[in-house]
Amino acid sequence: MPKTMFEKIWEAHVVRETVGQPSLLYIDLHLVHEVTSPQAFEGLRLTGRKVRRPDLTVATMDHNVPTTSRSLPILDQISKKQMEALSDNCREFGVTLYDIHSKRQGIVHVIGPELGLTQPGLTIVCGDSHTSTHGAFGALAFGIGTSEVEHVLATQCLPQSLPKTMEIRVNGKLGEGVTAKDIILAIIGKIGTDGATGYVVEYTGEAIRALSMEGRMTICNMSIEAGARAGLIAPDEKTFAYIQGKTFAPQHAEWDEAVASWRQLPSDPGAKYDTLVELNAAEIAPYVSWGTSPGMVIPISGLIPSPDDYADAADRRAAERALEYMGLTAGVSIQTVALDTVFIGSCTNGRIEDLRAAAGILKGHHVRAGIRALVVPGSVPVKLQAEAEGLDTIFKDAGFDWREAGCSMCLGMNPDILQPGERCASTSNRNFEGRQGKGGRTHLVSPQMAAAASIAGHLVDIREWDKN
Amino acid sequence: MESFTKVTGLAAPLDRVNADTDQIIPKQFLKRIERTGFGQFLFFDWRYEADGTTPNPEFELNQPQYSGAVVLITGKNFGCGSSREHAPWALADYGFKAILAPSYADIFYNNCFKNGILPVVLAEETIAMLLERGKTAGYTMTVDLENQTVTDSEGFSQPFEVDPFRRHCLLNGLDDIGLTLQHEPDITAYESKRPLWKRGAVAA
Ligand code: SF4
Repeated sequence: MPKTMFEKIWEAHVVRETVGQPSLLYIDLHLVHEVTSPQAFEGLRLTGRKVRRPDLTVATMDHNVPTTSRSLPILDQISKKQMEALSDNCREFGVTLYDIHSKRQGIVHVIGPELGLTQPGLTIVCGDSHTSTHGAFGALAFGIGTSEVEHVLATQCLPQSLPKTMEIRVNGKLGEGVTAKDIILAIIGKIGTDGATGYVVEYTGEAIRALSMEGRMTICNMSIEAGARAGLIAPDEKTFAYIQGKTFAPQHAEWDEAVASWRQLPSDPGAKYDTLVELNAAEIAPYVSWGTSPGMVIPISGLIPSPDDYADAADRRAAERALEYMGLTAGVSIQTVALDTVFIGSCTNGRIEDLRAAAGILKGHHVRAGIRALVVPGSVPVKLQAEAEGLDTIFKDAGFDWREAGCSMCLGMNPDILQPGERCASTSNRNFEGRQGKGGRTHLVSPQMAAAASIAGHLVDIREWDKN
Repeated sequence: MESFTKVTGLAAPLDRVNADTDQIIPKQFLKRIERTGFGQFLFFDWRYEADGTTPNPEFELNQPQYSGAVVLITGKNFGCGSSREHAPWALADYGFKAILAPSYADIFYNNCFKNGILPVVLAEETIAMLLERGKTAGYTMTVDLENQTVTDSEGFSQPFEVDPFRRHCLLNGLDDIGLTLQHEPDITAYESKRPLWKRGAVAA
């Protein structure tokens, strides 16, 4: 019987099956960061357990780290304590750690692929919901809670019940100025923030195949925003080319063996998914979020919706609340709303390709007076690469703050936050109330759209911007 | 792991959809390295005014009639967003033992069972009705995992579905790491067959 890629990966990782119980799956790679791991390590200590496979476990610091100069002392003592706890835990349990002084440090979902740790066909977990990012390589990757982090540390396995499968097929070609970010925002807008709950999604179709690895990561990254357990994209020559030569990529005979196995992964013709969703890429405009959930999105040319547009009473109330929180009026063009801040970064859009795209728009321009603009590379290697290409100069000349690597204003655990009422165009993934700072108002956009918005002082249609 | 068999007590309605884990426990409280003490920060940004100390009178759970509530009734897709287990830690520490909603986000749902909280799925219309009933002061409910029923002080009674294995673990407060470790020979056998190129963080 023809099989989906998901089924192939799942079956290859079942350690044990017992009727009436979840399957016990083997985990090939466990990524760890400072926020969701301290209680898990503490649990191991309390029960006298060890980390079963330190070689399959890699830790970094990203959520809490200041992104100002690394030579400055860390002022937030509680953050500092959490980072120290990770260092101590990694030392005690023998886990590799890339701390803030490492050349490999960065957002956990940026460094996995960059180091060649993320490979097709693997099972990858991390105590972070955006672990779905790694699915761009054809790996089954999903976020877990701290109890499960402890479970994987102790056993390298995780009991999992079988999810359903959904194919999201994006046919045709994207228009000029439309990016991977716009595809995924359009998808979430269409199916809703719980549209894929209980499913593993596989993205297929011409528009997905045409994306770079960075673009594919952006798509899979935000799968969780549609509720999906994981997102997957079949590996191809682009995938192999991206991985080859990376620090932890297989080498020599092992490389050939690995690639041969990876070629077997894509879903077989005729494989069955539980659900199919189709989109036409040509109809996708640059998207922007207007509300407080990633499903509250409109095309940039659209008008801010009215609560009356929603059939369901609960959704209507949610829209009312969102309009109030966001300080917006229904029926108005989103392009007329003035911004205070522009943030370029995060595990969604903090990779080198994203910085290149933003710099391409900014070159020769300046950020509008009164706008605070910051760019936070997703990792130290991204930062160094950007500097080697001179992108840092373009950003700085345009008036952007050029930062060290980390999550930064994506969730505002470090000192970079919005003040109440401040409005931000952000390349991150969540526009929840208070996500970027209590009372802060977030509009999710692509890097190109964020860059153009920083120059204009408000959101603009990047397709028309090009003609200026 | 904490066990759960049955709870009877005050029920509080939180009539919102898509309440995400950033709202349940905002990020500024994720820096603690303990599992305990998160209840005081539950729904912090909704619960308090901008000064962070004055209770917001508009926020549902701040009404005195809900003080001591053990059952939370809420809208669909509860617990979406971040995987932070601090969310169920905060709910449990605040005193909630069971949640009733039309649907939950996967990771949050899973995290609840690890912390002795029972998330019950009920039909959207049923939840809409219970949210209404919850407005009455002194409204109490019983959530019974053993018999898989939800009942209230006004005669409502309904069975609910739950995965039998999850139910078994929660009723008995089983340590699921311990359960997995019983299969250690299977894990070792699996490991012996893993291809060499799956080296993780060790370069060839
Ligand atoms: S960049 Fe944002 S979404 Fe990504 S891991 Fe960091 S905090 Fe989470």
